[in-house]
Amino acid sequence: MKSSYECVVIGGGPAGMAAAVAAKRNGIKDILIIEREKVLGGILNQCIHNGFGVHHFKEELTGPEYSSRMIDLVRAENIESLLDCMVLSVDTKDRTVHAISPEHGYLQIKAKAIVLAMGCRERTRGAIRIYGSRPSGVFTAGTAQRLMNIDGYMPGKKVVILGSGDIGLVMARRLTLEGAKVEMVVELMPYSNGLPRNTVECLYDYNIPLLLSHTVVQIHGKERVTGVTIAKVDENGRPIKETERFVDCDTLLLSVGLIPENEISRGAGVQLDPMTQGAIVGESYQTNVEGIFSCGNVLHVHDVVDFVTEESSVCGEGVARYIAKNLQNEITHKLTPGEGIRSIVPQTINLNNLNEKVKLYMRVKEISEKRAVVASIGDQIIAKKRDIKFLPAQTVTLELKKKDLLTAAGNEVVISVQ
Amino acid sequence: MFDICIIGAGIVGSAIAKELSKYQLHICWLEKGEDVSVGTTKANSGIIHGGYAAKHGTLKAKLCRRGNELYRQWVNDLHFPLDMIGAFVIGFNDEDKAVLQKLYENGIKNGVKDLQIVDGDFVRQKEPHLNPDITCALYVPSVGITSPYELAIALAENAITNGVELRLNSEVVAIEKEKDHFNITTHYTPLSVHFDYPKNIKAKMVINAAGLHADDVAQLVGLHDFKIHPRKGQYLLFDKDQGPLVNSVVFQTPTPISKGILVTPTYHRNLLIGPDAQDVLEKQDLATDASNLARVVETAKKTLSTFDLRKVITSFAGNRAASDRGDFIIEESKVDGFINVAGIESPGLTAAPAIAEYVIDILRNKGLAFTEKSDFKAHRKPYHHVALMNKEALNALIKESPNYGRIVCRCETVSEGEIDEALKRPVPIDTFDAIKRRTRAGMGRCQAGFCTPRILEILFDQLHMPIETISKNVKGSEIVIGRTKRALEEEK
Repeated sequence: MKSSYECVVIGGGPAGMAAAVAAKRNGIKDILIIEREKVLGGILNQCIHNGFGVHHFKEELTGPEYSSRMIDLVRAENIESLLDCMVLSVDTKDRTVHAISPEHGYLQIKAKAIVLAMGCRERTRGAIRIYGSRPSGVFTAGTAQRLMNIDGYMPGKKVVILGSGDIGLVMARRLTLEGAKVEMVVELMPYSNGLPRNTVECLYDYNIPLLLSHTVVQIHGKERVTGVTIAKVDENGRPIKETERFVDCDTLLLSVGLIPENEISRGAGVQLDPMTQGAIVGESYQTNVEGIFSCGNVLHVHDVVDFVTEESSVCGEGVARYIAKNLQNEITHKLTPGEGIRSIVPQTINLNNLNEKVKLYMRVKEISEKRAVVASIGDQIIAKKRDIKFLPAQTVTLELKKKDLLTAAGNEVVISVQ
Repeated sequence: MFDICIIGAGIVGSAIAKELSKYQLHICWLEKGEDVSVGTTKANSGIIHGGYAAKHGTLKAKLCRRGNELYRQWVNDLHFPLDMIGAFVIGFNDEDKAVLQKLYENGIKNGVKDLQIVDGDFVRQKEPHLNPDITCALYVPSVGITSPYELAIALAENAITNGVELRLNSEVVAIEKEKDHFNITTHYTPLSVHFDYPKNIKAKMVINAAGLHADDVAQLVGLHDFKIHPRKGQYLLFDKDQGPLVNSVVFQTPTPISKGILVTPTYHRNLLIGPDAQDVLEKQDLATDASNLARVVETAKKTLSTFDLRKVITSFAGNRAASDRGDFIIEESKVDGFINVAGIESPGLTAAPAIAEYVIDILRNKGLAFTEKSDFKAHRKPYHHVALMNKEALNALIKESPNYGRIVCRCETVSEGEIDEALKRPVPIDTFDAIKRRTRAGMGRCQAGFCTPRILEILFDQLHMPIETISKNVKGSEIVIGRTKRALEEEK
């Protein structure tokens, strides 16, 4: 085990692997991926359904297939990985990663560049404050997914799912296929929070009701869940008392949002964007802390893994550029969410670091039809993309060309839905 | 034949067991729950009170102050969580100040020596985030915080190491008084791991420390002279980034209507607010609800307005064992040899060590011989906590047992080695929550989302029991229902 590397990547999921592969292909020889599990692949390994890779590999793959393609690339590039190892902190003074593993004990590994690719965690019952008793049978959807798909255990047989996030939808189908009865999916918002494809393929195809503008207000049961009280919510998302009703079930699955896992980033002084809850990054995915980069779900929660691979590859190129001392620090342009836009990644640009263009990943605030996302500097429109429908659950991408940024007068790019 | 049978393994039973284990006595200790500390002990504020609040002359007042002192001695041998961070009782006007003055005087009478009435500036210097309108406070440096279940576990482990025979999952269902002993019948409901416990126990004396159920147990020998009323208190627990908002325990000046809500860091530096007080019908009713907790939040905001409700990790409720007598009931009952230790509501956690001393006095007065054991082990080894260890210690530990290098709970940095260790300690545990209480795995912001499957695996490996028998806590709270492909097939 060496004690210093050119680049250390924290997290061996799709983001970490893509960043490492890209850095290697751009001339960085000395890369280490640190992964807490005993295998690379991250959360993809438990996503045994298909639908991955349509953009990136141009074919439909399952999660494990997608991850094994990435692992093959990591192997082919001879990138070193350290498995079963947990990173505890990053010390920015001497850019050192502190970690522990059963095999190596306490490790301190120096790096010229560090990529944060730790992924995200699920929002819990406590975080959305569902009250009631505290019996067994309340799971986050991802935990239930892991129990079923990796460990081979059934979490329950009569299930209510709160939240129409993609994992919740996929689990509704998975549980049904295993013989459980999914009573309903309950969603606080007046629209589904998952991809339209998942709403159709996982719920409608199995006759699972989706109750919009509803929530779970109370959990019942002493030992095991015996039921939940659900209620309709008003336009402010507050439960309407008169609409409360009891639903008999033994399991409640929560698919109520993902939170980028940025404890290490915070400890390292990385500035976070309150909208994405991930780092504020430049066009090369560099953070405000010198030599520290961030990509994947720890940066912002993605809806499709193909975008993770794409953005992480740009991050890896940025790392290579940084190590070769070709990455400029200054910010030439700032990206500001305008009307209808919730978040934009990356948040800043240095034109000199761009080859030809920069791709932006955005989330809209609400559903809209036959609109366009428009990027403008002052009065000048520099990019525009029409779509039939924009959904909060779906990433919107937009490319800005370097030459357009160069010629427009001003350094604040405002993106809005028009 | 046992010399003594202790019923109940909350903090009171644990303190009594620990104190009695010093002597040459044959002691059986029965607990209905799956672990020690699983009743009132596991869900309260975790405060080691100063002793100024309980009315002078009551047992509560006397035993609270003594308990506070004893914990500070016991911690040296038993290494339980204890941090004497001090407390403020805050006031906003002259009316409050008058109440604080009364508390001060009561405290002095109770033997609390370090009390001070201070002004708002003094408070703000120590607690810059509190309400700027605070004008006065009672400052009590000798108030501490603990982790109540870890505290009870520490005492229980020491008791067991010194020969006390603890039987978990053993509910007392009948007690018959014979001439010189009691016949005690238990109902044993094992979870994953089964022990060969005899159903009937003979003991010369019984100590009833059954907490919320002390009246039910007393009734088994025909005693009907007190009632325990469950009084529910609800809490909100916040993530650790909210912990630094307060440095000490902050109470509000009690009014005739309300005792106020406390705001405190926990021993592990989360932020805790609560509890309210609500009489409930059912002893097992531990449900939280939105309207009560909304009031808790509103009241707490009077103390500290800047906590972030989005950082709530969990809500929980505990039931206090309030009696109809108002004070602690610690006495030999009308049934010879049957000692009641009941109605131990706040400050019961603080008073527990002194309650144990008091019980020993009762037994001594009855003529029980207390001969000290020559091989008594006063010391109890603390658990390893990877999160708190330095690099050198950690390296040495991982070299010896590599599992300490494998983190299974990422929020609280808990290793597989710590879980292995918890399973090897004196209290024979086999549930999730028991592991959580000892190691903190699952206590963090992801609330066991990440570690649940891993802990299931470890329990499976260590206990060799089918995974579908592994419970969250009580029987019926199993985590999974069986294998995929099989669990629901078999049912058809």
